[in-house]
Amino acid sequence: MLDATPRKKLVEVRDLKMHFPIFAGILRRRVGEVKAVDGVTFDIYEGETLGLVGESGCGKSTCGRAVLRLYEVTEGSITIDGTDIADWSPEELRKMRPTMQMVFQDPQASLNPRMTVANIIGEPLDEHRALSKKERLDRIYELMDHVGLNRDFANRYPHEFSGGQRQRIGIARALALNPKFIVCDEPIAALDVSIQAQVVNLLEDLQNEFGLTYLFISHDLSMVRHIATRVAVMYLGKIAELAPREALYDEPLHPYTQALLSAVPEPDPALEAKTERIILKGDVPSPSNPPRGCNFCTRCPQVMDVCREVDPEFREVRPGRYVACHLYADTKSAAAPNAARSTRQPSEPLRE
Amino acid sequence: MTDRPHPEDVPVAGDETAPVIHNPVGAAQPVGRAIRPPRSQWWDVWDQFKTHKGALMGAAFFVFILVAVAIGPLLWTIDPTYIDIRARNTGPSLAHPFGADQLGRDMLARMLEGGRTSMAVGLTAMALALGLGTLVGVLAGYFRSLDGPLMRFTDLFLALPLLPLLLVMVMLFRDSLRSAIGPETGIFLLIVIGIGITSWMPTARIVRGDVLALKEREFVLAARSIGTPSRRMITRHILPNVLSPIMVSATLGIANAIITESALSFLGLGFPSDYPTWGSLLRDGTDYLQQHPERVLWPGLAISLTVLSVNYMGDGLRDALDPRIRGR
Repeated sequence: MLDATPRKKLVEVRDLKMHFPIFAGILRRRVGEVKAVDGVTFDIYEGETLGLVGESGCGKSTCGRAVLRLYEVTEGSITIDGTDIADWSPEELRKMRPTMQMVFQDPQASLNPRMTVANIIGEPLDEHRALSKKERLDRIYELMDHVGLNRDFANRYPHEFSGGQRQRIGIARALALNPKFIVCDEPIAALDVSIQAQVVNLLEDLQNEFGLTYLFISHDLSMVRHIATRVAVMYLGKIAELAPREALYDEPLHPYTQALLSAVPEPDPALEAKTERIILKGDVPSPSNPPRGCNFCTRCPQVMDVCREVDPEFREVRPGRYVACHLYADTKSAAAPNAARSTRQPSEPLRE
Repeated sequence: MTDRPHPEDVPVAGDETAPVIHNPVGAAQPVGRAIRPPRSQWWDVWDQFKTHKGALMGAAFFVFILVAVAIGPLLWTIDPTYIDIRARNTGPSLAHPFGADQLGRDMLARMLEGGRTSMAVGLTAMALALGLGTLVGVLAGYFRSLDGPLMRFTDLFLALPLLPLLLVMVMLFRDSLRSAIGPETGIFLLIVIGIGITSWMPTARIVRGDVLALKEREFVLAARSIGTPSRRMITRHILPNVLSPIMVSATLGIANAIITESALSFLGLGFPSDYPTWGSLLRDGTDYLQQHPERVLWPGLAISLTVLSVNYMGDGLRDALDPRIRGR
């Protein structure tokens, strides 16, 4: 799984930046910017699921929304299905919308309370397809079958449903136009655990059925391990590490990934006693004023002098594994002895 | 995707021994049972409206007033300006059920004729104010670049004192309008426009506030991810959700317009003095309050009850239009 087979890249994101201006003072002058996403580069291959994890406020959702061009991106290129959409106007983007869709975090908030389920699911059809009344209704019923909603629910309003059912409505809406690429923005965060499993399984079934490609944003590491093909770890607007799932969970390279994975609760008490948690000190720095050098240098347990000066390059350290960390720079002298402090299984050491 | 052995620490999903039911809600589609096609939501609205007793009574009374002023003058054929000098200052009688005024004009005929004008002024001015206010509010709330200019414009109008402005308008334009399109239509237009453009500001502010909050809701973002253009975003997602405050403004607006028209008539700047409206009847009646209180009572009652019925109607309509309240 490590060696990347030459598959087609569906989404290519290069050096994506999304900065939100801060206005202050009496004259509302621009005094700075929140660097929510600050130079992110990744690819998503056709048919795979890229998990995007990170703690709250690290820019995951902003990244997902920027990729779909729900924001005006500050810099960078977003290529979806061969076309760069980074600086398209809303009118041009409209033609592209059927290819890329989104499932939102809060199923309550993402459905218009004044529209019936049929109208919510039918909205993309109204916008992009010229269907007769009957064709439209047939397609809505078809979609409701796909996501496991009773057809009788078509006349109801979102408030009459449970969270899981609402999320199914949101998924049906995203599927309406046969998209290739779906951004799932924490689709399970607002649901309780049993419903999470249903929704994730539904997403997997749909992926197998329609050959969908997902960008799966979540802070639930176990769930990402379940669904993702490859995983990207974000910290303060940048990707710290991107690797195939098994490799990342077995042997995290970036110190932040190590700390993050060590925080996943271990169900087996015997193992739990043995696992060593890496507790990070301090808070995440403000994205409006990130530290000099590496973003993680203020909290990194293995910080070096170079980290406070130079921003590490995001590079491929092993086939398919990308890390932005000075520990894995070409100068192997810097790769300090405890670099391979794996958190779960003390597998083979990193030193080569 | 093919080989995915789930490690033991995947907590919830994919446990092979206990299969997770994938589609627990809809797996069992009733076979062969006809599914109701989506019916128009206006039927649901009507069903809910019917359950609101006050709204139903309000609507009944409002329709009654509308019918009365529309076809009443055709049935009660006494000319409201006909002077029957022998009947002057008489109380209710068979010939004059509401009595007659100080010149002997039949009060019922004047009430019906006046109701026509007052209702027309109230409804048209309300519609104008509502349209303007909603337009300004939605544009200011939805388009960031328009927010500043439009809201300062609204503030400017709010700062204008209403009555003096109307007085100046009447003074300036009454004669030219009167000569252009006739005395009655001219003054009608003048009053409707005057009331309309001086009472849209509260609606605009309320609507803008609501639109600002709505714009950040996730379903608007979802619609944008679908590619819904701004105009349909407004008509499909924004307007239906700001309906409640607009409705409340509308009910208050009718009342406000009728009362402002009365005030103008009261000041003698509305319709010509021999032309009956509920407002001018009220003004005429106050001179005889001691001797003939019923002459104040009729127009006063008509204004109050109309306003009350419209308020109840608006209340019921607002509830009926909200699917979250509907069905309770």
